[in-house]
Amino acid sequence: MSEVVGVAVPADVQPAVGAPRRRLSFRAVFGLTVLLCIGGAAVLAPQIAPWDPARQMLLKRLRPPMWEARGLREHPLGTDHLGRDILSRILYGGRISLGVGLSAVTLSCLVGVTLGLLAGFHGGRTDALIMRVVDVFLAIPYILLAMGVVFALGASLLNVILVMALTRWVQFARIVRADVLSIREREFVSGARARGNRSMRLLLRHVLPNALTPIIVVATLELAFMIIYESALSFLGLGVQPPTPTWGWMLSDGRNYVATAWWLATFPGLAIMLTVLAVNLLGDWLRDTLDPRLKL
Amino acid sequence: MFAYLLRRLGQSALVLLGVSIIVFGLLHLTGDPTRLLLPLEAREEDVRQLRALLGLDDPLWVQYVRFLARAVRGDFGVSFKHQVPALTLIFQTLPATLELTAAGLGLALVVAVPAGILAALRRNSLIDAVCSVGVLLGQAMPVYWLGLLLILVFAVKLGWLPAAGRDGLASLVLPAFALGAFSMARIARMARSGMLEVLAQDYVRTARAVGVRAFLVTYKYALKNAAIPLVTIVGLEFGVLLGGAVITETIFAWPGVGRLAVDAIFSRDYPLVQAIVAMLATLFVVINLVMDMLYTYLDPRIVLVRSRQ
Repeated sequence: MSEVVGVAVPADVQPAVGAPRRRLSFRAVFGLTVLLCIGGAAVLAPQIAPWDPARQMLLKRLRPPMWEARGLREHPLGTDHLGRDILSRILYGGRISLGVGLSAVTLSCLVGVTLGLLAGFHGGRTDALIMRVVDVFLAIPYILLAMGVVFALGASLLNVILVMALTRWVQFARIVRADVLSIREREFVSGARARGNRSMRLLLRHVLPNALTPIIVVATLELAFMIIYESALSFLGLGVQPPTPTWGWMLSDGRNYVATAWWLATFPGLAIMLTVLAVNLLGDWLRDTLDPRLKL
Repeated sequence: MFAYLLRRLGQSALVLLGVSIIVFGLLHLTGDPTRLLLPLEAREEDVRQLRALLGLDDPLWVQYVRFLARAVRGDFGVSFKHQVPALTLIFQTLPATLELTAAGLGLALVVAVPAGILAALRRNSLIDAVCSVGVLLGQAMPVYWLGLLLILVFAVKLGWLPAAGRDGLASLVLPAFALGAFSMARIARMARSGMLEVLAQDYVRTARAVGVRAFLVTYKYALKNAAIPLVTIVGLEFGVLLGGAVITETIFAWPGVGRLAVDAIFSRDYPLVQAIVAMLATLFVVINLVMDMLYTYLDPRIVLVRSRQ
């Protein structure tokens, strides 16, 4: 039989399942390494940054990276329009990007998973109500909503995190609900119910653990999204306020110097891209390893 | 089918009602909207005058009903900054945004669908590798950074294309590419995995076994079924692009709704902000309704599954 199939199906269209593990884990290792480096650099920023990120040295404004003609040894990635060291600002900016991203994902995960569990488990009116609210948040352009709210309430660190979580919890709610809909029909749930478990316990002890896989995968992919989101808000002038250096702010500063000083916008952009790339690779790997059938 | 359609319409109406509550709430976030609407140095009597003018002394639900009654008729009030009805401003700028969004989505589809299919057909080849690197980069590049890089390379260094403004087809290329890149990556990925899945189906194997030509199997049988999930993606992607247009338009000085919105937020022009959010949300709901209808037409199994839920 297998020989017949071998004739009919050329080697290059083998089924998608059973993808080579080793290639995937190379990607994962790469992603994890990059992420650990960036995370480590952010945590250790006060120790390893060569300069104070807010220190302005007006005599050394707009110096290019050190390998260019006018570059300076002590500023490896150059300086910005106020003479601040770009490398140091990127290192410190990572603290905001990763910190805000992680907090926002945690918060939106808590809200989304709770509502998704309730919707999927109880069904009926609860489900209909929660899902309509989800639809509402999907329909509203989240970046405008976030900008409006942050502008009205003031751009503090906490407000930015709250708004980001408020506009993204639906991603968790949708996926958890869909998963719980099928989990609650399984035998072990009715078994647990028959043994007299209360629904709260049923949810937390029996349903939630079985819905963890998609939650972990979504959380990883959402972290990548949140990092881009945070820097987009900063870029538009509504993120965490200066003088705190953030990658988004640096990009937005660099925007005015695109024609004359390319390094201002290029390096913070690279930092964002590398971080997001690493997180995405990790998320892909988690999905392929934990549940290859998951469609996200 | 008809019942499903009716229920789907009802859902859309409910969603729009929810949108209206949020849009209304946007102005009342700080408790006292006059603080948002007036400059900080406004005098006490100006504040009182505006409160009376806007009917802010009424109970909240009365204000909401009044707001909703006007909004349904398309009346979101007059823009403070431009002194023109908010809706008029939106209709002036919407064509530019739709042009940009359609170009971005079109570009994404034209590049991503063939690339994804080719990657699936030549799995693990060089083409596949190039595609997956492109997908990874496309998903990791923030639109504002990509936009800046495009300006740096194609407008500043090479001088091939204009860096900003809306003046003919040439000025559309860079913003459309910047906006479409993320969707391009996602669609290519979906197209690839969708095609791989279909190619592994029994009917494809059977078709090959009975000697149907490879060309026909790929492009007639497999492609048709692989295209179905792409239709829903296009609807959702359109919403993503409308949101992304806010940033893209800011970078490229594209005179669309997104730039109008950013401008309105910073100049405390809340009637205009409310109108824009409401209009974009409505657009999203309508497009997804249409896409859903199209979807059930392409794949009749959907209605059955959905009516059971």
